[in-house]
Amino acid sequence: MACLKNREKTINLLTRLTAIFLALLFTFFILIASGAPPFSAFAYIITGSIGSVNKISDVLVAWVPLLIVTSGLLVTFTGGLWNIGVEGQITLGAIFTTGMLRFLQASDLPSAITIGLAILAGLAGGALWAGLAGVLKTYGGVNEIFGGLGLNFVSTALTLWLIFGPWKRPGTGSMSGTEPFPTSLWLPQLTGLRISPWSLIFAIIGLVIIFVLLNNTYFGLRLKAVGKNRNAAHILGIPTTRYMMTAFFICGAFAGLAGALQVVAVYHRLIPSISSGYGFLGLLVAMLINYQALWTLPVTLFFAALNIGSIQLPIMLRLDSSLAGVLQGALVLFVLILDGIRGRLRKKNDPGTETTI
Amino acid sequence: MDIELIGIHKTYGAVHANDDIHLHIPSGTIQGILGENGAGKSTLMKILSGFIDADRGEILFNKVNVEITTPADAIKLGVGMLHQDPLDFPPMKVIDNFIVGSHEKPWVSNIFPDHKEIKGKFQEVQDRLNFSLDPDAYVDSLTVGERQQLEISRMLWLGADVFILDEPTTGISAPQKVKLFETLKLLASEGKTILFVSHKLEDVEELCSRIIVLRKGKLVGSAAPPYTTADLVKLMFGKPVSKSTKQPFTSGGPVLEIQGLSLEANRLAIKDINLVANQGEVIGLAGMEGSGQLEFLHACAGLLHPTAGSLKIDGVELTRKGYHNFLQQGVAYIPASRLEDGLIPGLSLSEHLSLTEKSSSIFIDQEQARASTAERIAAFDIRGTPESKVESLSGGNQQRALLSLLKPGRSLILLEHPTRGLDVESSIYIWNILRDQCKNCSSIIFISSDLEEIIDYSDRVLVFFAGKVSAPIQAEETSTEQLGQLIGGKGWPA
Repeated sequence: MACLKNREKTINLLTRLTAIFLALLFTFFILIASGAPPFSAFAYIITGSIGSVNKISDVLVAWVPLLIVTSGLLVTFTGGLWNIGVEGQITLGAIFTTGMLRFLQASDLPSAITIGLAILAGLAGGALWAGLAGVLKTYGGVNEIFGGLGLNFVSTALTLWLIFGPWKRPGTGSMSGTEPFPTSLWLPQLTGLRISPWSLIFAIIGLVIIFVLLNNTYFGLRLKAVGKNRNAAHILGIPTTRYMMTAFFICGAFAGLAGALQVVAVYHRLIPSISSGYGFLGLLVAMLINYQALWTLPVTLFFAALNIGSIQLPIMLRLDSSLAGVLQGALVLFVLILDGIRGRLRKKNDPGTETTI
Repeated sequence: MDIELIGIHKTYGAVHANDDIHLHIPSGTIQGILGENGAGKSTLMKILSGFIDADRGEILFNKVNVEITTPADAIKLGVGMLHQDPLDFPPMKVIDNFIVGSHEKPWVSNIFPDHKEIKGKFQEVQDRLNFSLDPDAYVDSLTVGERQQLEISRMLWLGADVFILDEPTTGISAPQKVKLFETLKLLASEGKTILFVSHKLEDVEELCSRIIVLRKGKLVGSAAPPYTTADLVKLMFGKPVSKSTKQPFTSGGPVLEIQGLSLEANRLAIKDINLVANQGEVIGLAGMEGSGQLEFLHACAGLLHPTAGSLKIDGVELTRKGYHNFLQQGVAYIPASRLEDGLIPGLSLSEHLSLTEKSSSIFIDQEQARASTAERIAAFDIRGTPESKVESLSGGNQQRALLSLLKPGRSLILLEHPTRGLDVESSIYIWNILRDQCKNCSSIIFISSDLEEIIDYSDRVLVFFAGKVSAPIQAEETSTEQLGQLIGGKGWPA
């Protein structure tokens, strides 16, 4: 049995490595087709992400929201829910945080408390938006994919309205966002770098919480049951609606935290595309790691490095920086394809899941 | 078609599902294939119909070696398989189902099928087989028996020479079974070869011209009429099995009290049910599928709200309360489709136990969960480990796993087809467990389409027919004949 499990693990690893190789190969050909030198493009991505302390710090800045969002998504995926609305939940987190900062910045509260309350408001905002998608799903019968997608559009419109309306800069509103907050309302950063150690701490604690929640608690196990077979979970006496709503709230709160940190630690204001696509990227990562919390850390770090590294491409090679997206997308596709092929092969050789022989 | 199987082998890991099977079936034979669950019947049939590949062995059709690697190959060679659950398309019309698999017929491969001509062909097949299906009816309005007739018509029209039927008498009514048997005999007389897989002895004995018995992947014996049931049972199980005798229950007071209960669901109106189920009592619900017994069971579980009447469990009023309240009041409900409604594929036995455990702590004690799962596995004789995923267990073991999740001290246990698809040995084992539970002051209500099971294990029986419910019948004073008549709608008070 143990030997069988080990073999399974080796095959798993080999499939993953093959997928990475194929994704690189695919990107390689894309580069050739667009007339760019592939090797130097890859080299620029590497030096652009880990070439200097500043670059590494930038990678960490991108890593924090991605890690937090992916951690949250693991919860909804475990509950069998496709929380596409995560982008909107990040945005609402950012809006609530900005709102709270605006509300409190004139008060006499110590700035640490102001920032703390603003982050909590962000959590609440994300949870609220996710709760809306959840209510639509559980009580309204609206598939969470469509509900979430709709709410994403609403959140974008809401941001634009705030930036050009009630929260516009003195004079005229602009796409560069609201008036930046004073540095006293910034989450402290490392000297000379853009990364705030607090963000890192939040992100790592978040992942640990999710890991323990999903792997060691009754809540996690029951949520898994709801995700795998909602009907049977109901019959076994698990209140499925409550579990699904809780999953939405947790994921929304995590997305809200990511949005809040984008405001207090990165942009220090509300900008139109504050979610920066981290929600969708988080969905990709969650699929890539097959919803296992353990792999979240390295894979999100890798994806963040790709994002930051590819910023070099337009400068050095006049290539679009979306190459990172091509590589990330290809990676997920190849992993899924190879898993699918493996599943087929296994089924052909051993329909062992068949219950009656 | 003359079929010959030579040295068929198939292994799944360590399990030898088919071990050197040699079998010759001449044209016009109705070949019965008996065996308990896991004996290798389905594997052999799936090899013949192209769903799985054999590891070794040859298949000869009319003395010619054939390769069957996909279901399409099998169909081309004239092998049609009637699955236990018909593979049709319920939201479509009968006639559309009839043509959907027939893309190889030149005159249907037109983009616009000629419905009139096809209806003519359909009618021809209907007349030939003496069926009377309405081509314009929707398949989801048909009974399982009628859906089988549709499948048989379709296969015949596609030119099948070999008909494989997997447990075809499950879930169909007695008259439909008679009809099915007539049809199969007719087909056999035309030279078609019929393979009839079942573990219902009486069906096989009644219909088949020859019987083979599989046990643990090996062909252990064959028989020709007249059959001796005892010999067949001995071949199937390696030993004679006897059912334990029933002891009359001694009542300890009412568990479930139902007064004037009315239900409405699925175009069915059930009116005015009155029943008191006592501690230690087993009540069987008989009736053709869809006669209202499932709705009644769901009402007892709190999964369906009555439109009138009242329902008490252990004296507590539960009318129109939610399923959760019923569970708290000590109700346990075990559904029929084990992997859809009962268990959660992807989770292990140990995880299932943790799921149903009432624990005040937040964290799961994995060691303890594994230990108590191991205890249950031993107590319920489940063939698996605490880490086994439920979908890897056989049907009988899944049913035992479901029962092992029953919390002790339930006052009312509701079961849907507790032994459907299980062999005799597993069934007896499961009923022993249930009756142990029952002794501990609970009451059992169960649905079954197996009348012998109902009579053997119930104290009282309720018969359902098209929404009507009989008064409780003492099981000792009735017979399969009487129940069969009631189920078929005869002998009801006007």
